Amino acid sequence: MNILTLGNFLGSYLIIGAFLFSMGIYGLLRRRSLIGMLIAAELVLSGASVNFMAFNRFIAPNPAVGQIFTLFIMGIAAAEAAIALSIILAVYRNYRSIDTADIADLEG
Amino acid sequence: MNPSLFSAEGLSGVVFLGFVGLIASGALIATHTQRLIRAISGLALCLLGVAGMYYFLLSPFLALMELLIYVGAVCVLIVFGIMLAEPKPEQTVGKLNMVAGVVGVILGGVLFWGLVRLAQVAPWQASAVTGDFSLEAVGTQLLTSYSMVFELISIVLLVAIIGSVALARMGRERSKA
Repeated sequence: MNILTLGNFLGSYLIIGAFLFSMGIYGLLRRRSLIGMLIAAELVLSGASVNFMAFNRFIAPNPAVGQIFTLFIMGIAAAEAAIALSIILAVYRNYRSIDTADIADLEG
Repeated sequence: MNPSLFSAEGLSGVVFLGFVGLIASGALIATHTQRLIRAISGLALCLLGVAGMYYFLLSPFLALMELLIYVGAVCVLIVFGIMLAEPKPEQTVGKLNMVAGVVGVILGGVLFWGLVRLAQVAPWQASAVTGDFSLEAVGTQLLTSYSMVFELISIVLLVAIIGSVALARMGRERSKA
């Protein structure tokens, strides 16, 4: 296996997807602000999409299904980003901060 | 098979490695910079590399959609969020941050190791291909076999738009009162 032919193997795409997923989980735990956690969540979603596309290319019987599923993941990610940002803006208006340490109190 | 560097396969391999480098550096920037505006630039780089992966996985349509939706829309949306919420630069010192960083490294490392082992060990078997990769097949199946999911995601997007507008409005009224 040559390093220049890595793009022809399923395993290299699976490793890229695993890297994106684990970097996203790491960022979710490490980030202290809501927008930073949102950015890390986008990494997790793109790791899942890369895995779907890799299986779609190499072992799926019908190669249109993975592409359709990845399109749905993109739609869900766009909706998730819009909702999360409006929640973040509402939190910022009430607390004047989006740091997760400052917004730890509950109030009815 | 051992292509030379300057053949067509060799050059496409170099481009592939370039996209892999974009993904790795972009993900590292997105999780490690202190200023969020730099993190979002790293996310855009990383998603550019993911679009290149889609191109290598025989789907130029999804590569363009990735650029259009993620880099063009989601990243710009998050930049607007950063502008409106003006977050402070992240503090990296402190006991809680140390603990979170260590737990994050351990959990991320374990997940990465497990997934890589699974990718190597599992006996992935290719099945007989019945369809094709064309955009025409994607469009036909999107409106026949998967039309229910298509309608559902339209409703989800509509609810998300209305909900985000309502949430942003409510916060404004409460801060005035």
